[in-house]
Amino acid sequence: MSLFIGGFAIIFIGGLASLFCGRRGGLASLCGVLGTAAGSIAAIIPAFKVLFSGAAESVQIAWAVPFGSFCLRLDPLSAFFLIPILGLSSIAAVYGVEYLSSYQSRKNLGVPWFFYALLLVGMMLVVAAGNGLLFLIAWEIMSVASFFLVSFEYEKPAVRQAGLSYLIAMHIGTAFLILFFILLSSGTGSLDFDKIPMFPAAKANLLFLLAVVGFGTKAGFMPLHVWLPHAHPAAPSHVSAVMSGVMIKTGIYGLVRAAMLLGTPPAWWGWLLIMIGAVSGILGVLFALAQHDLKRLLAYHSVENIGIITIGLGVGLLGVHLHSPILAVLGFAGGLFHVLNHAVFKGLLFLCAGSVLHSSGTGCLDKLGGLIKRMPWTASAFLVGAAAISGLPPLNGFASEFLLYLGVFKNNGGDGLEMLVLALIVIGSLALIGGLALACFTKAFGIVFLGHPRSGAAQESHEAGVLMKLSMAVLACLCVLLGLLSPWVVRSAAYVIAAIAPLPMGQIEAELGCASSVLLGFVFVSLVFAIVLFGLTAVRCRLLKSRCVRQSVTWDCGYARPDSRMQYTATSFAQPITALFNVFLQTRKKFLPPEGLFPVRSSFETETPDLGERYLYLPLYRWICALFGKLQWLQHGRVQIYIFYIALTLWLLLMWKLM
Amino acid sequence: MVILLKILNLAVTLTAAPLLLGIIIRVKAWFAGRTGQPLLQPYYDIWKLLRKGTVYSVSTSWVFRAGPLVSLAVTLTAALLLPMGGLPAVFAFDGDFLVFVYLLGLLRFFMIVSALDTGSSFEGMGSSREAAFSALCEPALLIGLAAVAKITGHASLTPMAASLQPALWTAAGPAFVLVGFALVIVFLSENCRIPVDDPTTHLELTMIHEAMVLDHGGLDLGMLQYAAALKMWLLGLVLVGVVVPIHSGFLCLDTAAALLCMGLLAVVTGIVESSMARIRLLRIPPLLIGAAALSVLALVLVYR
Repeated sequence: MSLFIGGFAIIFIGGLASLFCGRRGGLASLCGVLGTAAGSIAAIIPAFKVLFSGAAESVQIAWAVPFGSFCLRLDPLSAFFLIPILGLSSIAAVYGVEYLSSYQSRKNLGVPWFFYALLLVGMMLVVAAGNGLLFLIAWEIMSVASFFLVSFEYEKPAVRQAGLSYLIAMHIGTAFLILFFILLSSGTGSLDFDKIPMFPAAKANLLFLLAVVGFGTKAGFMPLHVWLPHAHPAAPSHVSAVMSGVMIKTGIYGLVRAAMLLGTPPAWWGWLLIMIGAVSGILGVLFALAQHDLKRLLAYHSVENIGIITIGLGVGLLGVHLHSPILAVLGFAGGLFHVLNHAVFKGLLFLCAGSVLHSSGTGCLDKLGGLIKRMPWTASAFLVGAAAISGLPPLNGFASEFLLYLGVFKNNGGDGLEMLVLALIVIGSLALIGGLALACFTKAFGIVFLGHPRSGAAQESHEAGVLMKLSMAVLACLCVLLGLLSPWVVRSAAYVIAAIAPLPMGQIEAELGCASSVLLGFVFVSLVFAIVLFGLTAVRCRLLKSRCVRQSVTWDCGYARPDSRMQYTATSFAQPITALFNVFLQTRKKFLPPEGLFPVRSSFETETPDLGERYLYLPLYRWICALFGKLQWLQHGRVQIYIFYIALTLWLLLMWKLM
Repeated sequence: MVILLKILNLAVTLTAAPLLLGIIIRVKAWFAGRTGQPLLQPYYDIWKLLRKGTVYSVSTSWVFRAGPLVSLAVTLTAALLLPMGGLPAVFAFDGDFLVFVYLLGLLRFFMIVSALDTGSSFEGMGSSREAAFSALCEPALLIGLAAVAKITGHASLTPMAASLQPALWTAAGPAFVLVGFALVIVFLSENCRIPVDDPTTHLELTMIHEAMVLDHGGLDLGMLQYAAALKMWLLGLVLVGVVVPIHSGFLCLDTAAALLCMGLLAVVTGIVESSMARIRLLRIPPLLIGAAALSVLALVLVYR
């Protein structure tokens, strides 16, 4: 535990140091990255120890706050979330050094590094907090620090807008959480997680709903996700990677922790999560398909992957309720493994998107193209991430989805109807999500990196620097490694699942051993695939050596002057799918058709506004605005009356005290 | 002994795959009143292409060159997962059909990106349609397989196929019929046959698979065509394996029956291609969603 606190302190001191040498950008970056990396290495050691030994560590520090106690606790669940948090944050920090260096002349780099450290510290504290009040404070630190990071380029109006919408969405979520913790403490007066009593069913249900809304806003459940597609494109790319890769997972952590505190789950908790997951997953990927901006597209994919994780949690909770150990264990294992996998491949994809943005200055898909020629490293890394997020073997994304499928296929708990609905929702939505994600990422990779450059910006792009390449390469290797080592990674989740699900340890290990042996089959197939691929490559190389290999232009149908604007665009690539699902997407089209014998101008625009924004948040805000408008009679602008209000309040308080 | 059988399974798959294509073409020729090309013509074509060099477009990168390699490697690997009549699969483990389905996803991924690598709008169009239609095929295929997995009580293809006794058919006949129909639609769509795609042209109206391989030539095209033939054989094996209940316990008989059914599938495909036109592109998604609905119905019947 002392190592954890030491690491915590190192990161914080690193952040402070970079704040003080802010004007000298290079030094600030150095302090920031060194603090983050050194602190993470120190703090990740106890996390691994707890994860593999299963023994929780805790420390209590005196802290005189009502309901609060400074109780830090590392149990297997916290340790499991801590590992991707620390790992991805340090890799992204290395990337950030080079990414931020182009801002050096214009901005004080100490500020983003300080808030980066603060965000990391906040996330560490969130997962390690053993007390509700401490948790809320850490939650707030995390939200506020990330708000400042999102608003890094505050001189752009779109960024300010994104930052504000993020801040507001976070606080709506936090409001639900405050209510959640107040209700949680109402029995005993203590907010320590280990002193929470068992609740009657009605209260536990209410608490669960509060937690779903509160934590769901952070995690990005559909329709609470509205801040994601604004905040992720606005933030610097290494921050987007951390926010999407691990920060939104603290919402998942909170939900799991809440479910643990609230005791045995009734069936509908599981069903609710499965439904939320399926809706978030399918709508997330559909909206991603309709996007034109690379980082916005990735942001919607976070919604999709959170959906898959939530399906896993729901399946796990349902398994606990139905007393079906295989469903419970594989559901939780699949969901949690996907937390780790998503951190790796989404981090990777955001870093690649950052390199594209950094070198070409635009994230607009239809202005890019052909980048693989100028940025071979970034393109290859993006390809690995794209294949991983589409859930393709032999990479890690497949392994976690595989566990979810397997749990449902092998489940034999519950009555016929329950099994049917479960199989239909889980298999149907995972299969559809898989197919659509593949379409979306072939689109993203194909339009951005392949073909011809669609604009001057894409033509002048250049490869990322050494540090940026290094961090992308590390994450790409992790995608492969986590896939190939999945049988062993899954086994390490035994203690985490034992903490969540009330099952005997022997049973959990047996089920995980079963899953692990099945994954071993997958690893075998992957290795055979690699060998076959290698063999074929060698054979083709040999064959082509003695044969005629020519270069020519792409077949152009006899038209002599094809230009890059004639290529398929991102919009046209996605059109068959977006047209089919237009019921949900409600894409707006603006079409100015060519007219006359010699048409000069015509244009076509599509825009897909967010569903949650249009039908949930906007009406809600309008209603609140109208409500407060009715209170305007209190507001006169006269100082005397305001002083009267103050006096009145004081007098009322005095009376209340005296009574 | 078991190892020998597994190797035999692989050998038959690798050698017999293009024959399926030959049968389809012959059936179509017969319907059109022609003699048609030799039954082994697909072999000659592939062999001819494999002996050539290639031409690469200047717009392409390594992704384009990797496309045929990955396609062939995927189909060769996927061939290890499927049983054939009495012959067991080389690898069999719970959920192996998921690995199979997602391996085909990897193939599709590389086909699409290598098509987009040329920067041609023909290939863009083909890959866009391929992505859309196969995304809709996936639920139909997986839910259908889930229904069969539930009926047989196995989550791996080899025991699943082995336990398909005629008695199961009498017990869950309607479900098998529904899954069979769904898988036939998936088979036709994934292999780019009429009514979804027309394999004989790459005209704009039918631009799916043929449009995607427009810029591949020589050795690469040969590899792609062999991979496509293998893919057709493998999807056919899935269909035959999980729907046809001929399992007498005699190895030769079972395997011969499976091979016969594969031939029959090719004949049926030929008949479908000769007797109906390709449907309009806008009608294809309803067809595929219909296939998914059949699978869902089968699952409902199974759990009833």
